[in-house]
Amino acid sequence: MLLRHTTKEVRERTALTVNPAKTCQPVGAMYAALGVHGCLPHSHGSQGCCSYHRSALTRHYKEPVMAATSSFTEGSSVFGGQANLLQAIETIFAVYEPEIIAVHSTCLSETIGDDLNQIVNKAKDEGKVPFGKYVIQASTPSYVGSHVTGYANMLEAFVKYFAEKTNEKIRQINLLSGWVEPSDMRELKRIMKMMKVKSVLLPDTSDVLDTPMTGKFEMYPKGGTTIPEMVSMGDSMQTLGLGEWATTKAAIMLDNQCKVPFDIIDIPVGLKATDRFIQALAKAGRVSIPESITEERGRLLDVITDMHQYLYGKRVAVYGDPDNIIPLIEFLVDMDMKPVYIVSGTPGKHFDSRMAEILSERVPEAKYKNGPQADMFLMHQWIKENPVDLLIGNTYGKYIARDEKIPFVRMGFPIVDRIGHSYFSTLGYTGGLRIVEKLLSAIMDKQDATCLEEKFELVM
Amino acid sequence: MPNRKNYINGLPDPSTLKEEILKKYPPKLAKKRAKGLVINDPNLEQEIMANVRTIPGIITQRGCTYAGCKGVVLGPTRDIINLVHGPIGCSFYAWLTRRNQTRPLEGEDNYITYSFSTDMQDENIVFGGEAKLKEAVREAYEIFKPKAIGIFSTCPVGLIGDDVHSVSRDMKAELGINIFGFSCEGYRGVSQSAGHHIANNGVFKHVVGLNDRERVGKFQVNLLGEYNIGGDAFEIEKLFEEAGITLLSTFSGNSTIKSMEYSHTADLNMVMCHRSINYIAEMMEEKYGIPWIKVSFVGAESTCKSLRKIADYFGDADLKAKVEEIIAREMAKVEAVKSSIRPKVEGKLAMMFVGGSRAHHYQDLFAELGIRTVSAGYEFAHRDDYEGRKVIPSIKIDADTRNIEELSVTKDEAHFRPDLVEKKAELVSKGFEFKDYDGMMPDMLKNSLVIDDVNHWETEKLIEFYKPDVFCAGIKEKYVVQKAGVPLKQLHSYDYGGPYTAFDGAINFYVEMERMLATNIWKMIDAPWKHESELVGSMTIEA
Repeated sequence: MLLRHTTKEVRERTALTVNPAKTCQPVGAMYAALGVHGCLPHSHGSQGCCSYHRSALTRHYKEPVMAATSSFTEGSSVFGGQANLLQAIETIFAVYEPEIIAVHSTCLSETIGDDLNQIVNKAKDEGKVPFGKYVIQASTPSYVGSHVTGYANMLEAFVKYFAEKTNEKIRQINLLSGWVEPSDMRELKRIMKMMKVKSVLLPDTSDVLDTPMTGKFEMYPKGGTTIPEMVSMGDSMQTLGLGEWATTKAAIMLDNQCKVPFDIIDIPVGLKATDRFIQALAKAGRVSIPESITEERGRLLDVITDMHQYLYGKRVAVYGDPDNIIPLIEFLVDMDMKPVYIVSGTPGKHFDSRMAEILSERVPEAKYKNGPQADMFLMHQWIKENPVDLLIGNTYGKYIARDEKIPFVRMGFPIVDRIGHSYFSTLGYTGGLRIVEKLLSAIMDKQDATCLEEKFELVM
Repeated sequence: MPNRKNYINGLPDPSTLKEEILKKYPPKLAKKRAKGLVINDPNLEQEIMANVRTIPGIITQRGCTYAGCKGVVLGPTRDIINLVHGPIGCSFYAWLTRRNQTRPLEGEDNYITYSFSTDMQDENIVFGGEAKLKEAVREAYEIFKPKAIGIFSTCPVGLIGDDVHSVSRDMKAELGINIFGFSCEGYRGVSQSAGHHIANNGVFKHVVGLNDRERVGKFQVNLLGEYNIGGDAFEIEKLFEEAGITLLSTFSGNSTIKSMEYSHTADLNMVMCHRSINYIAEMMEEKYGIPWIKVSFVGAESTCKSLRKIADYFGDADLKAKVEEIIAREMAKVEAVKSSIRPKVEGKLAMMFVGGSRAHHYQDLFAELGIRTVSAGYEFAHRDDYEGRKVIPSIKIDADTRNIEELSVTKDEAHFRPDLVEKKAELVSKGFEFKDYDGMMPDMLKNSLVIDDVNHWETEKLIEFYKPDVFCAGIKEKYVVQKAGVPLKQLHSYDYGGPYTAFDGAINFYVEMERMLATNIWKMIDAPWKHESELVGSMTIEA
């Protein structure tokens, strides 16, 4: 057994986290900053932070992930990291020539009280920021929230720094993306195009973390939201934030700073969340919904009705980030599956109410928890108590899946043992099809591998 | 472009490359980096700048002290709970990412698949996290009943004044199991290296010597600095078992805490990764009189050499005969594979930038295939790993090194082995070398380029200048280099392959190089129409 010490007896824990269903803020800030064109993320802390975050993102994307570090030593930890960051800014512009340096803090620099804003201003005053280049900063203490919080804070920093309100409105909407894959960002753009809604997508990691093999390394790939696009966001008609956890802060910032009204909706995962997304887009863009979108919806529904018998009543355990798993859980319930165990390490009080809303009538037996000690160890203990038919989450679930012989579908971050997430979206109706295909394959492969020989089916 | 006239050993003179690299840097940085890039001449005593701070802003390969302590040294031991005191990330990122394989027996403890953290929150930072840490230790004990718990400090811990050592003492008294702490905050040193030293100190202080086990074999040894990535240690264990050498403890691949407790009953310590573990070897010699030798099981030739050296040390005729028998049998297999692969890859160029020993050890494996190393360097090594242990007395102790505790070790009269001291003296008089690490540079070709703490800019320039056939580094470099059309072999994780140690490992590596170097896939990057003239169609769809 891989997880041989996990037993079904749950002992209440108040201090110990085992097998977390989250990681820390800075990696989210780094990922968000990679979705801006010509931007080099910078980690203001020890070298290890930057190294770990780059490694995690690289394993997930199998793509170059470039970022720099302030390389703190004991001295900087005692006397403050100002000298390190000033030198870093000078070094980075000289050697790596980005358009933007996006600095995020770490638990170390936050604990010693480094004021990023003041240091960045000092760098500007000292002429360390070349003309036409930018340094922005986000406070991302690792001991608050989770990786999703760091993503949200970096998005907020981008719009705070760049979005400008002039007197002329632009007939476009801002689309703030929650933490999704490059393939998903590409899909969002495809949907906007089908809907004929002009928009700015922030961030946009397509063509950054899914680049083609060309024989030439590009430090700053062609993708990413551009500076003029970010500037224009202040004049947009409306902001749509996809995912409460990841986008609310940036949406509020745009409203406060540039008076762009906003709506926060779910990431379009599955049927109903995509319905809401399409309707919100139509409303915000004042466009009618094209037949081609309705047809995509129809195809998704067609497959679900065709294959409903294999999904009906299946008990599922899900772990991941609130923005991603809330619409996913809703989708599972819509297909008459039973998401019975749900954990997310990311705190946030709306998680419970959203879960209750989706589950209380249809799956009253469901157990869910988020925040401290809402970890994969707890979820595994619940599974030991009463097994499930399917497990959905990041790669770390494979240890549980193997021990408990549960079909496993990889969704979330990080996925470090399979490919596909960068290239095949799980958003929108077409992405919903992919989710259904993955769920069915996992469930039906297990049936094929384990059923009695006389029950082995050719046609399914 | 390299000037073909200045080729020595088939290697171009890299001085123009060095100049070009330095030209891009601000003056202070250029001055510092100039000392970290050395055009090698094995006949000269050249000095390289190593184990110094990376300049802020530089995209470095390096990680932190915590990574070296928890991730590298303690991580591979299966039956200890490694509890990380800090915000969640540090424990999350070190969770199963280093591929330390382990083989617990049925019913034996194995916590390697788990990640344990106190998940510090802002209130713990403001009001202190010791109470939460104590409670986490209690919870870990009650749920898992481990034999030992190690507590690892992350950056904020030292800054807010949490004392992991006093918490460890208190909890050890309360729970009655071995509990010890490490002050391995990420910022402690200039790289992972500081963490190795801190881990060595902790294990030596709190674990080694706790169990005076009776002898179980005629030749009792420890293997230090082998972390069983990809199953490397399994290959070596297999060899020792067949030869009749009793491997008491490995620090720390496929190891248990218990085995470390009786490691002081060994007759010989063998050091694989000099950088990460030489401290324990030195301290064990001082305290218990156990001599140490440098070994390497990377490469078939190195494996033969190391096996013979161990046999020579024990001086036992049967052991020597057994070792020769194994070598003869295994080398026949090795030669068969090598002779079929070598013609396909001979003459290719490799470069490698990893670790504190692999960038050296792997040159042997490449050489067996006739692949030359044009440039190499370490990520976190010290001058002695480049220039040999002879330079240790002349290494300047800077502020960053002074931060790390040097344990003062005294002779343990009850356990000291005067017989081993005598044996060592006798062998030395016959020319047998102990503590024999001469470093990487004397083994590298003249005109090769040695680079300490290579960074992203230098990596790009190296590829442009040398156009190597294979580049060896880690996950962060992997796709950067491959996007440039050069295959990269990860020498930290082995790209999820391996093992590459000993004889079977060498064969695995040869086959892997055949796969990487003889493939046509890199030649298909350009689309067939790339060099065709563009046609303007008359049947294009109007938008």
